[in-house]
Amino acid sequence: MKHLLSINDLSRDEAILILDTAAELARISDGPMKKLPTLRGRTIVNLFAEDSTRTRISFEAAAKRLSADVINFSAKGSSLSKGESLKDTAQTLQAMGADAVVIRHPASGAPFRLADNQWMSGAVINAGDGTHEHPSQALLDAYTIRKHLGKGAKDLSGLRVAIVGDILHSRVARSNVLLLAKLGAHVTLVAPPTLLPFGVDSWPVTISYDLDSVLPQVDVIMMLRIQQERMHEIFFPNAREYSRYFGLNRDRVKALNSNAIIMHPGPMNRGLEITADAADSARSVIVEQVSNGVSVRMAILYLLLGGAPIEGGIN
Amino acid sequence: MKTVLPAPDISRAIVRIAHEILERYDGAESITLLGIPTRGAHLATRIAAAINKIEGGQVAVGTLDTTMHRDDLRTRSPKALLPTLIPAAGVEGRHVVLVDDVLFSGRTIRAALDALGEIGRPTSVSLAVLVDRGHRELPIKADFVGKNIPTSRSEVIKVNLVEVDGVDEVTIAEGGVK
Repeated sequence: MKHLLSINDLSRDEAILILDTAAELARISDGPMKKLPTLRGRTIVNLFAEDSTRTRISFEAAAKRLSADVINFSAKGSSLSKGESLKDTAQTLQAMGADAVVIRHPASGAPFRLADNQWMSGAVINAGDGTHEHPSQALLDAYTIRKHLGKGAKDLSGLRVAIVGDILHSRVARSNVLLLAKLGAHVTLVAPPTLLPFGVDSWPVTISYDLDSVLPQVDVIMMLRIQQERMHEIFFPNAREYSRYFGLNRDRVKALNSNAIIMHPGPMNRGLEITADAADSARSVIVEQVSNGVSVRMAILYLLLGGAPIEGGIN
Repeated sequence: MKTVLPAPDISRAIVRIAHEILERYDGAESITLLGIPTRGAHLATRIAAAINKIEGGQVAVGTLDTTMHRDDLRTRSPKALLPTLIPAAGVEGRHVVLVDDVLFSGRTIRAALDALGEIGRPTSVSLAVLVDRGHRELPIKADFVGKNIPTSRSEVIKVNLVEVDGVDEVTIAEGGVK
């Protein structure tokens, strides 16, 4: 494993190795060792061409706890906003000796171009590309689910997960569907037909248009953000109607299984896909997802950068 | 392949090391045993059991993974992490005894000292190993040794323990590849 571009890059065993490593790192950083010397002298560039709070801070915290040098680089305030091409940016990073680039980009596939085109020799980690994939988010979600409901098992076999909302624009949903299926969980997508992507019938999922009938049957309910910034057409009549049919509110929380957990990748539109009392309820693990994110990203950085350099980059 | 330490010798060595540790620290209260996974951790548990049998108390025992502190990380593919379990009493003000199966280059112990330094400041640190095979690359020596086995660099020493390998024995084989 040289890059982390898509969940498809990972075998089931590699995914489990990442989760196990994250669990061990979480125990170390909860305990006495806050900082590990493992990536001392390595440079990690956070290249964020799209806004992000959680993912960027999380990768930065993860890299710093492993003693790597971190360079943050966002579109605003860099030459990207002057129209510099991705290739020129990549070559600049290569010239500065970046060992890894964590890239968030509005164009689906941008991390693949960075990794495949021999533009740079470092590892490329996809931190969200357009509406395509967000593998580190899926890994932290799987980690959170396993921690709460795994009962000591390595994978997620037999668990039932509902992913609800804007599937069409969601890279989180794509990565999660791939990973959850790989780990043996059963996924149900719940959304209005307008917010399901083309070709969804070939995904390893069940599809439902009725949230209320799905609620009592699942162990995990994962709400997705309505991505207004990517909606250039009208996908549902209005926000109130969407909330009424697909939003998670107090009554729907009551209809959940007694051990079910509520997840959301953030940022939340409180009052639209999730009400404040659902988001802040005792079932909600939304804040914990963020802290788990640091451990999972430490595991990813350690496994990609901790060992011997892998052949195949440019010299 | 030749067996250099059969099961009864391993048991005797563990009991002797337990006595030596107790003698040096004048009882078990201030001692924390930290085994280096995988086999060092099992040896630490056995030494702890031997100490408890002699003293009738509960000596503190835990594990310390050195993976993240190794100096040869860059030369091999990344390894899965093993558990680090520090007893509730911590290491501050304790006499820590590191336990490993084989002492060879000394690099694992250096990494363990670094990892331990991140956790706290023990009163003292000593080292117990089942086998010392020589060829040190760092100024490190063991305080409690099960058996000194002179080897050539190319030979392979393998410690097998019931907990992991189903049998207790230490073997030596001509390697060449290592």
